[in-house]
Amino acid sequence: MSTAEIAKGAKGAKKAARTAGRKAARTVAVFAAFASFAAFAPLDPASLLKPLGEDWTSYSGDYTGRRYSALTQINQSNVKQLTLAWVSKLPGAPAAGGRGGRGAAPGGGRGGAAPATIVGGEGTGDVVVADALSVKGSILAVNGVLYVSAPDHAWAIDAQDGHEIWHYFWKTKGGTHIGNRGLGLWNNYLYMETPDDYLVSLDARTGRERWHKEIASFAQQYFSTTAPVVVGNHVLVGTGNDLDAPGFLQSLDPETGELQWKFYSVPMNPGDPGVETWKSLDAARHGGGQMWLPGSYDPETHLYIVGTGNPTPAYTSAPRGEGDNLFTCAIVAINVDTGKMAWYYQTSPHDTHDWDSAQTPVLVDADFKGNRRKLVLTASRNGYYFTLDRTTGEHLVSSKFSETVNWAKPELNKLGQPVRNPEKDYHIAGALVSSANGGATNWPPPAFSPDTGLFYVPTVESYAMYYLTETDPRGAMGLGGKEEIGLGASTTYMTAIDYKTGNIVWKHKFRTAASARSATGVLTTAGRLLFGGDPSGNLVAFDPANGTLLWHAAIGQVTNAPQTYMVDGRQYVIAAVGDTLYAFALYQ
Amino acid sequence: MAPTVKDDGQRRTRGTRRTNIVSAISACSALIVVTLMPLAAQRRDFPTRPPGDPAAIERGRALYSVNCTFCHGADIRGGDSGPSLLRSAMVLDDQNGELIGPVVRGGRVDRGMPKFSFTDEQLQDVVAFLHSFTAAGYDVSRMKPPSILVGDAVAGEAFFRRTCASCHSPTGDLRGYAAKFADEKQLQQTWLLPGSGGRGAAPPRIDLPPTTVTVTLASGQKVEGVLDRIDDFVVSLTEKDGTHRSFRTTGAAPKVEIHDPLQPHKDLLRAYSDADIHNVTAYLATLK
Repeated sequence: MSTAEIAKGAKGAKKAARTAGRKAARTVAVFAAFASFAAFAPLDPASLLKPLGEDWTSYSGDYTGRRYSALTQINQSNVKQLTLAWVSKLPGAPAAGGRGGRGAAPGGGRGGAAPATIVGGEGTGDVVVADALSVKGSILAVNGVLYVSAPDHAWAIDAQDGHEIWHYFWKTKGGTHIGNRGLGLWNNYLYMETPDDYLVSLDARTGRERWHKEIASFAQQYFSTTAPVVVGNHVLVGTGNDLDAPGFLQSLDPETGELQWKFYSVPMNPGDPGVETWKSLDAARHGGGQMWLPGSYDPETHLYIVGTGNPTPAYTSAPRGEGDNLFTCAIVAINVDTGKMAWYYQTSPHDTHDWDSAQTPVLVDADFKGNRRKLVLTASRNGYYFTLDRTTGEHLVSSKFSETVNWAKPELNKLGQPVRNPEKDYHIAGALVSSANGGATNWPPPAFSPDTGLFYVPTVESYAMYYLTETDPRGAMGLGGKEEIGLGASTTYMTAIDYKTGNIVWKHKFRTAASARSATGVLTTAGRLLFGGDPSGNLVAFDPANGTLLWHAAIGQVTNAPQTYMVDGRQYVIAAVGDTLYAFALYQ
Repeated sequence: MAPTVKDDGQRRTRGTRRTNIVSAISACSALIVVTLMPLAAQRRDFPTRPPGDPAAIERGRALYSVNCTFCHGADIRGGDSGPSLLRSAMVLDDQNGELIGPVVRGGRVDRGMPKFSFTDEQLQDVVAFLHSFTAAGYDVSRMKPPSILVGDAVAGEAFFRRTCASCHSPTGDLRGYAAKFADEKQLQQTWLLPGSGGRGAAPPRIDLPPTTVTVTLASGQKVEGVLDRIDDFVVSLTEKDGTHRSFRTTGAAPKVEIHDPLQPHKDLLRAYSDADIHNVTAYLATLK
């Protein structure tokens, strides 16, 4: 869209806001789009502090990571009447020249022509992205507009009927296009990470780019997928890497993109804390710990509490030494004003299976042994659940939430950490290990309901044979050095854990003929509902108290976590199936 | 309606498989790819460098072997006293020697690296040599581990008689089992759980009976057939005559019983020790 077209559209918007009637197709689309901008109020960063209600303003909906919505219009008494409100298929990459990019227009049949795609990016446009367009992250819902993302793409969608308002496409230089976990929003501005390591800022009203900044070295094989998290005047951005490179979290200025601070999850200089847990400083500086998922934020302590990734080399760990390899596979608490770490708790000392602890932690204020405490809950990819004090990092509870996980010794150590059994690292002739690489849980976010006191997490029980292939004592790089061959016999569950004890209160085994499918992320509501996607292609609703299934719709394999929002008095539940969004509502 | 799912549980596996392919392409046939596809779109998960001048790389290799190999290893993956240059952030970020050059000429005296007074041309040759390696977790040329046949075939036979012989026989269904496999890992994966394969050549065809299901209706009538699909809400099957039937399963009836011929194999995954597996594989490898 040219500047001239946008200026024309903006003038038209004022008229459109006064005109109820619809006009010719193309005009209507533009006017309708700008009419919704007229209703768009900037997102005051202070509103990010509100608990999750009508809007969904950040990755987890609010800073707690609970994914617990206060909305009750849809509830246990009426969920069986929940019905389809709209379907929206997102357009893909535009054809050369920056226009088109859609077959049958998603707005087709609604009298709306699609707006032109806005194209940015540093690439030359000749990179093949084989990964199918798929929404695998959170969708923002603010003042009647949804902001949706996939690698190289951002869209604004009308929250009431699913029609496209704008589409931004980033021409990539390359990089792993495995997923994009969502957008950040501050005032009128959106933030998106790209697989080739830029942070792009868009004007939320128009989709036009404000600026983009390089956030990591593409040459060092970083790839960036995570959802930026806005806290005050900080945009917190993590990134990913599967070679041997240090993990970090950066804080950027939301106005300019200038760097405010950079926190490394591994020691980078002589004398840095934790360096003694590595064979050498060089090993630490190549030690991984990528921060590839958003964390949660405690406004009282100014602590951003976030998980770190696996150490590298991931499997052939001898070059890392025998130590714990701090601060990989840990929950770390970082002061957002300074970028300094306040505390850490390592959930997998010296991981040897690429099972990161990046899963978004959940912050809960609740009773623990008679005292109200500020807690953080996490279920780790390694198969273990933890309750910690989130002010100090003090360990309170650990438990194993998978029956099959066999990589650790039976007893936890005195810090409540699982202790690795080196025989289950790998073997030349194969070691039978549970879990397979995907882990007992993964990025799909968990939820917590204060009504039940239960932590809900999608879990998988699986096995793989881990064969050592690198016999050079220097080990391999990155994820190399082993061959992991899965045994297609995995089982998928929705698991409800009591944060006070770590005990499983209920566990629903999804019946399926599909193999090796993971479950989706989770949403819970004050309507006493728990939504998720099953491994057979259903969006389902449970009773969060006991795991009874209450409702389902066979829309296809859900690829993100279900979410909810309210516009003009109507509550919607949305879920993505690849490139298509489905919205459900009640008509009363 | 339901697109193929990208299972993020396989996130890293997928990524590394692709790395494998990309590095293989860039290492072996980058020249061909670039020559044959100058205008065609290319996959580029990670940055790839255009191939260097072979003569410069050879000159660089000679200089490197004399001056650098002792500390950094002939394959630049590190030696006794020097770090790996293959994963070095500085080497990865370097384009044409602008980052490598100052380090080579200035040394890193505090870390024990002396200064080298190469000419500009020599420096460019060493840089070309360093950039001729592909940095990736997987390098196909390195994936040649020793044989996985490390178990005790006698103990494996005893285990087989105790655990497997009620369904399988070395002179019956498993006659000539080992002769079907070119790859030892495929042999092992296939007996652990048929269909779990492994990489390389396609595994031999194993004829398995299908999973069947018995649905007992409220009336007591039983409907049996091959399982098509099942979830928490509906089960569907194909009867002997080809008829497709499906049943809602959310109430108290019908009763659904699944008969998975591989269930004993799946259950045994919780029971094996690694030694059991290696021993059985060593035994089955004798069934030629």
